[in-house]
Amino acid sequence: MSAAHLGVVPLFISPYLEFVVQNVDQLFARLIEHILITAETVLIAVPIGVSLGVLITYNDRAATAVLWLAGIAMTIPSLAAFGLLVPFLGIGSDPVVFTLILYSQLPVIRNTYVGLTGVEEATKEAGKGLGMTRQQRLRRIQIPMALPIILAGVRNAVVIVVGVAAVGAYIGAGGLGEFIFNGIRQGDSVMIVVATIIVSLLALVADYGIATVEQLLRIRNGEQVEQRASTQLIQKAR
Amino acid sequence: MAGVISTSLSGIRYLLDNLPEFWQLLAEHLVLVVASEIIAISIAVPLGVIAARHEKLKSPILSVGNVAQTVPPLAIIALMFPILGLGFLPSFVALFIYALLPVLVNTITGLESVDEGTIDAAKGMGMTQNERLTRIRFPLALPIIFAGIRTSTVINVGTAYLAFFIGGGGLGAWVISGINLFNMPQVFAGAISGAVLAISLDLLLAAVESRLGNSGPASAQVAA
Amino acid sequence: MIEFEDITKVYADGTEAIDGINFTVEEGTTTVLVGPSGCGKTTSMKLVNRLEEPTEGTVYVNGTDNQELDKIDLRRGIGYVIQEIGLFDHLTVGENIATVPELVGWDQSRIDDRVDELLELMDLSPEYRDQYPRELSGGQRQRIGVARALAADPDILLMDEPFGALDPITRENLQDEFLQIQDRINTTILFVTHSIDEALKMGDRIAIFDVGEVVQYDTPAEILSNPKNEFVENFIGENQTFKQLSITPVREVMDDPQAYESAESEVAPAADGGEYYSISPDSSLQVGLTRLLSIEHTTLPVVDGGEVVGFLTEDHVRSYFDSAGEP
Repeated sequence: MSAAHLGVVPLFISPYLEFVVQNVDQLFARLIEHILITAETVLIAVPIGVSLGVLITYNDRAATAVLWLAGIAMTIPSLAAFGLLVPFLGIGSDPVVFTLILYSQLPVIRNTYVGLTGVEEATKEAGKGLGMTRQQRLRRIQIPMALPIILAGVRNAVVIVVGVAAVGAYIGAGGLGEFIFNGIRQGDSVMIVVATIIVSLLALVADYGIATVEQLLRIRNGEQVEQRASTQLIQKAR
Repeated sequence: MAGVISTSLSGIRYLLDNLPEFWQLLAEHLVLVVASEIIAISIAVPLGVIAARHEKLKSPILSVGNVAQTVPPLAIIALMFPILGLGFLPSFVALFIYALLPVLVNTITGLESVDEGTIDAAKGMGMTQNERLTRIRFPLALPIIFAGIRTSTVINVGTAYLAFFIGGGGLGAWVISGINLFNMPQVFAGAISGAVLAISLDLLLAAVESRLGNSGPASAQVAA
Repeated sequence: MIEFEDITKVYADGTEAIDGINFTVEEGTTTVLVGPSGCGKTTSMKLVNRLEEPTEGTVYVNGTDNQELDKIDLRRGIGYVIQEIGLFDHLTVGENIATVPELVGWDQSRIDDRVDELLELMDLSPEYRDQYPRELSGGQRQRIGVARALAADPDILLMDEPFGALDPITRENLQDEFLQIQDRINTTILFVTHSIDEALKMGDRIAIFDVGEVVQYDTPAEILSNPKNEFVENFIGENQTFKQLSITPVREVMDDPQAYESAESEVAPAADGGEYYSISPDSSLQVGLTRLLSIEHTTLPVVDGGEVVGFLTEDHVRSYFDSAGEP
């Protein structure tokens, strides 16, 4: 970006832009790290959470217990969980991913459970009437119907993961949190502002992207939804 | 497993050996959480009530609220530093902002979710707008508003640990210096007390809720 | 008494809901507004308690232009029952019923007495008082909805599809019960439904609506025997005779007992005997005819309070319909 170009931007933005321009490589590297931690967590956490959510539909007592435990896991402060895992998993991203998997469980399990149990009795009944086994009903009716709700849980989890992963930088997991902690340490407010904006944007983009998929699924399921711009665009493109 | 148990035991021992400091940190933590939460509630609930009444205010407040909730807690804490510097005030403001959102969003959605037929009946029976709000809408929305308050409080206890990075004190002190010094008993002592605090506050609020709202049979309130 | 005078209602978006309606609901009677959806019947009803305001014209409630009355006071003096029932789930059944008396500031003992009285009127046992509405069935909930509307002893009761969300059997029961309650309370009732059968059953008079207009305002019998135009005819549908049978009470057709004193021997084992061989004067001709056809005798005694008050034969029914000018 040329200096002349920068001159056009209001004065108070220019130091931030300058920081971005000067550190673009570093920022990009940290962003990728952040995304990788998030992706690794989601890839492990979602299958576990969904399976647990499906399993507990078979037993009410197990459902209460599992949901309670997942809720308790969320009350452990992230920083503390990281710290406690360091002696067992070493420093770096492992204790962070482990903690984040725990944190993702409540939204994913809860939404899977609610989504599956919330499928209308009549629809399930119809499945029974057609001679479907319990497994077939689950696979062909309940899961597809519950998919948007499950995805909403995943979305919820991803937002938490992106946010908490930033704290993970404190125990050497990398990611955008590193800029935030360095900024606080060095009293560099420009660094803090830029890093927090990028982390927040990452969370927002993930949230918006998954929400769009969720809406498309709802439309496929025949629900009436107020469409967001992105959904309309995709629908048009088809 | 043996490692986990021995860490736990040594953590509890650390806590007992440093009781005066523990009370000090716990008090700091509680003051941060309780003060920010109470002020957040006392602003978010009335604001939610006003927003729910005015179509034009409602959707912008809801979308800003929902977007702001995706901003990571560390980001809000860190952003306070360039604006307000270090210490109690920036920590308090960050926690306040973060606590405000779930309560605000849940107040609006709670008031909105009250069945139209119920409101229609109340209107047809000659309730004024205020009577409908205080006798019907608000009590019916209370479980959802309380869910927001409970979520917000639990998150607040966890976020308050991060306040130590900007000089806000609290239990974060033990956890962070424990990590720095690789003092696991100290980390454990700091961590477990916060988890217990979060759970106790949640249970306390649940008790307050069941006292406050005579909102029907308990069974009907079990939300998934 | 409710009077609609030259009422027109145009919504902000330009749609005309009501176009110049005029009719009067006499005190103590039940008038049913009936018509297809979107015909303006519900809007007309909501003009009475000012949930809607007319664009032109005046609604008089007990002789007063309701625009001159305070909206809130007006509504508190008018009972209101809706299809969604709208019970307050956070309040007990007793508290739900007590809503309006509390709003208008009755003292607690009077409220308690009134709640007991209404539970009894609606055939609900006193133990429901402290239960929460969510625990109850649809029929019970609507009974409470009606009790709540009657609580402050309103002169006027508005009912918007009150039984519309109930299953057919519960609906039938509640209609029958409500007909009996209607006799015991002296309330002017405006009742909205889309079902002509319900209108014929519940109404003293019926206003048939077609897109914003009242096309016929008459008694059920008159509407069945003299439908004003094709719309009304189509709306009544098939089986007009059958419908007429179901709305005409035996009392109107039967002969007085003296006429049959000479033919005593012909009478079924009856008057004192099984209920099946007699009929109440308030039953419909439909029930009367069914019973006549199922007994071996040609004459059915009409019994009221253990006393024979008349007799019914197939000929009575036939000649009644001949004189009414219908096949």
